Amino acid sequence: MSANATDSPSSLAEWLVYWRIDLQLLVALICCAALGLFVLYSASGQSQAVVLNQAIRLGIGLIGMILIAQIPPEWFRVAAPWVFGFGVLLLVLVIALGDTAMGAQRWLDLGVVRFQPSELMKLAAPLTVAAYFRDRSLPPTLRDVAIAAALIAVPVVLVADQPDLGTALLIAAAGGFALYFAGLRWRVILVLVLMAAAAAPLLWFNMHDYQQERVLTFLNPARDPTGAGYHISQSKIAIGSGGLFGKGWLNGSQAHLNFLPESDTDFVFAVYAEETGLLGVAALLAIYCFIVARGLYIAMKSQDTFQRLAAGSLSLTFFIYVFVNIGMVAGLLPVVGVPLPLISYGGTSMVILLASFGILMSIHTHRKLLAT
Amino acid sequence: MPADDAIKNHAAERRLFFLRTLVAGGVLCLLVCVLVSRVMYLQVLRHGYYETRSQDNRMRVQVMPPVRGLIYDRNGVLLADNLPAYRLEIVPEQVDDLDATLDRLGRIVEIRQADRDRFRDRVAKTPRFRGVPIRLNLSQREVARFEVNRGNFPGVEIRAGLTRHYPLGRVAAHLVGYVGGITARDLSLVDDKRYRGSNHIGKSGVEYSYESRLHGYPGSRVVETNASGRSLRELEMHRPTAGESLYLTIDARLQSAAYEALGDNDGAVVAIDPETGGLLAMVSKPSYDPDLFVDGISHSNYKRLISDPHKPLFNRALQGQYPPGSTVKPVMALAGLETASIEPQKKVWCPGYITLPGSDHHYRDWKRSGHGWVDMREALYRSSDVYFYKLALKLGIDNIHRYGAMFGLGEVTGVDLPRENSGIMPSRAWKHGSRNLPWYPGETLNTVIGQGFMTATPLQLAQMTSLIAERGHSFKPHVLRAWKDPASGRINDTVPTPLEPIELKDRRHWQVVIEGMQQVITAPRGTAHHYVGQNLDYSIAGKSGSAQVAGLAQHQAAPDIEDVQRQLRDHALFIAFSPIDQPKIAVAVLVEHGGGGSSVAGPIARKVIDAFRSQPPVLQASARSPR
Repeated sequence: MSANATDSPSSLAEWLVYWRIDLQLLVALICCAALGLFVLYSASGQSQAVVLNQAIRLGIGLIGMILIAQIPPEWFRVAAPWVFGFGVLLLVLVIALGDTAMGAQRWLDLGVVRFQPSELMKLAAPLTVAAYFRDRSLPPTLRDVAIAAALIAVPVVLVADQPDLGTALLIAAAGGFALYFAGLRWRVILVLVLMAAAAAPLLWFNMHDYQQERVLTFLNPARDPTGAGYHISQSKIAIGSGGLFGKGWLNGSQAHLNFLPESDTDFVFAVYAEETGLLGVAALLAIYCFIVARGLYIAMKSQDTFQRLAAGSLSLTFFIYVFVNIGMVAGLLPVVGVPLPLISYGGTSMVILLASFGILMSIHTHRKLLAT
Repeated sequence: MPADDAIKNHAAERRLFFLRTLVAGGVLCLLVCVLVSRVMYLQVLRHGYYETRSQDNRMRVQVMPPVRGLIYDRNGVLLADNLPAYRLEIVPEQVDDLDATLDRLGRIVEIRQADRDRFRDRVAKTPRFRGVPIRLNLSQREVARFEVNRGNFPGVEIRAGLTRHYPLGRVAAHLVGYVGGITARDLSLVDDKRYRGSNHIGKSGVEYSYESRLHGYPGSRVVETNASGRSLRELEMHRPTAGESLYLTIDARLQSAAYEALGDNDGAVVAIDPETGGLLAMVSKPSYDPDLFVDGISHSNYKRLISDPHKPLFNRALQGQYPPGSTVKPVMALAGLETASIEPQKKVWCPGYITLPGSDHHYRDWKRSGHGWVDMREALYRSSDVYFYKLALKLGIDNIHRYGAMFGLGEVTGVDLPRENSGIMPSRAWKHGSRNLPWYPGETLNTVIGQGFMTATPLQLAQMTSLIAERGHSFKPHVLRAWKDPASGRINDTVPTPLEPIELKDRRHWQVVIEGMQQVITAPRGTAHHYVGQNLDYSIAGKSGSAQVAGLAQHQAAPDIEDVQRQLRDHALFIAFSPIDQPKIAVAVLVEHGGGGSSVAGPIARKVIDAFRSQPPVLQASARSPR
């Protein structure tokens, strides 16, 4: 019997089932986002406008998530290839327009158009790969793998060309995870990793000057002590000076003395670590891990290949956000523009993240409960 | 092929997925451990170190702007120099009340509203501990007055720097260009990291097109400061890398001679070395003083430049699109020979006009009485319009367009200077595209004599002349000859790019056309014989052009030139190259509303070539630096 066949819900539990909400995910997400609002208040120099703005976006994102949870997962499977195709079309269009408008420069003025197709691809790419594998026997044949890989490569190359290396890597990761869960053979994975390592010099020569510059700066911060190198050394000071217990909320001198640039967007973790110390960091990582674990649990419980691959890949992608952002702020990885999920100031990527959790909830709550 | 291999083994898939999730979970735990241990390393092991660094995070990173590369002509004459200058900077963080400080400061040194606005803009975009300039280029007097009052202005400092100066001034303004204050829009087009601490960016000319080479890379100093921001000691230092110095193909002496030769006319002169494509001179008149722009041009000066009807800021050599008139006849003659539309010796009757079948419109010759029987050479040196009208009827617009395009007309030359215009080499497709109309036969007649829809820039005409001079093998016009690597001091030469070669079916055709151009100057009846051909001790080929600006009504008598308002007078054009056998210089001259091409533009071209020959360029040896 379907869960929401009853009349209007009376208890909280029934209400949650009726609205197809996964309570554990919801609580964890809200905890994380609430923490984010506190950090933002501090990081923005106690700007109520920034916090309010972020709270509004968060509200929109959460409502969007719950609405998406109402949609049966089958629909995503059917829609994914179309959204994917449309997104590719937009990306191509945007590159064509961008080129005529700005010559060789990075483009600028297409603000709205620029974000949407590439952000959308973070969802559309893994879902499309998952949809592709639904009716195929797994583990996949080499031919299927090649087709799926080509599918992923299209948006990745287009987005990297924008150039937006951070987003391109995330799309590649999301698609790659779907492939991984589909059962891509270990031998093949090994070969791919080796090939990627071999192709690194190739990638290097295809990078834009400023991208090369970032990598060089990462390897040797003294190269650009006033720019990216400066960010990194200042954010390391912020994190390190936080110690075990932190300097306390609103007491992070690094951030407030303006030594730390971009303290409310990509570098917000440094402010958090400075003010809450190792304990706060551990708590935040625990919440993130719980969210990812819940996502993987949903994936394992799901009932067809598409749902499994989709849920698994969305969960791991979320973790990649966390890892890349913290790794970059802590000086482990070169600076790429990846926000800290649910905490960094900014709209588009948060809404897309919450949408992916809406899909997870939909997958979980639309299960057919068979008597097994 | 999907569902038929639906012997999908669900249990196996579940197992597979479970295994995969397990492995992923393991890797994930590992990565979390990496993060945690990194944060632990920073927050526990190195806490003491970072604690101290944070405590005395009174370290300031000061940007050291790079020295802008210099610009020289081909002989090492300075075209753009750096002069020492003082600027006034404010560190916003160290000032309690910015407005009050600015007001008080305004009583000691001049601070205009524009300075304030620019300052506000930059303060908003700069970290608050970094100095922002409020005034550039202080006078010695202002420096002294501020130094006396220095104690009253914490957070305000005088800094020594360099500012740009253009020794040749207006003579080379359009070519060298100028630098100006950096705007937000400029920053969006460059790597803004390189511009921290810089005040200037190239705005036009060579300064603009080679901005990224001239600018260099900033360095930085990390200094420890006390609570009020005064520097105590230097901790780290990374020297800036100076920009590359550039050596242009321009010859400053020739540039000045061309500027002089134009006199009080509005117009342009472009001289090219046809053997390399290097520009020897490029003048546009009237001109302006580029030094005015460097530290922000005053409103009144700018308004004066903008509202001047002679448009001094307009680079006529590169952007001016004028009907080329008869200067295109050599190209049209080649088209006639190559398509076998006419033989060089074939005489054509020129009665002073022709009409097209079915129309009584008179297409006139500039000489109303006509030239009588003329062959190709004579048609060139006497500039018979009727000869070319008749040729045009055989050629047709498609061939005319093809040969014009071959010589680069209607397309930008791609010279390494900004904002070049393409002119128009009309064709059926062009007319359909731009006016949505078919091509009419009469328009073919206008085109063959460089009138009607056709326009070209003086630079294009100079390139066309180079191609004729070199018999079809020349190089893309450019101004950069060499650059100096700031690290090694080595001077590297640029390699000229060859133009698409023009291979004629019969190389003797070049000879016919060039002989015709030579006779323009040497033949007693050559149009320029009287104005250019006197007392010549070298060989030279040329062609005049007078491009109609205002059409005359059909049967109206030609009025006396002096009666016509200046604005309605023809543009005067002249192209020339010399010597004929091994051409060293190709020139295009344009005089706006100058009247006769031979009488007004011709002598200017002659003066330029005379100057070139009297002082042949002594190319600086590459390995030697003039400074």
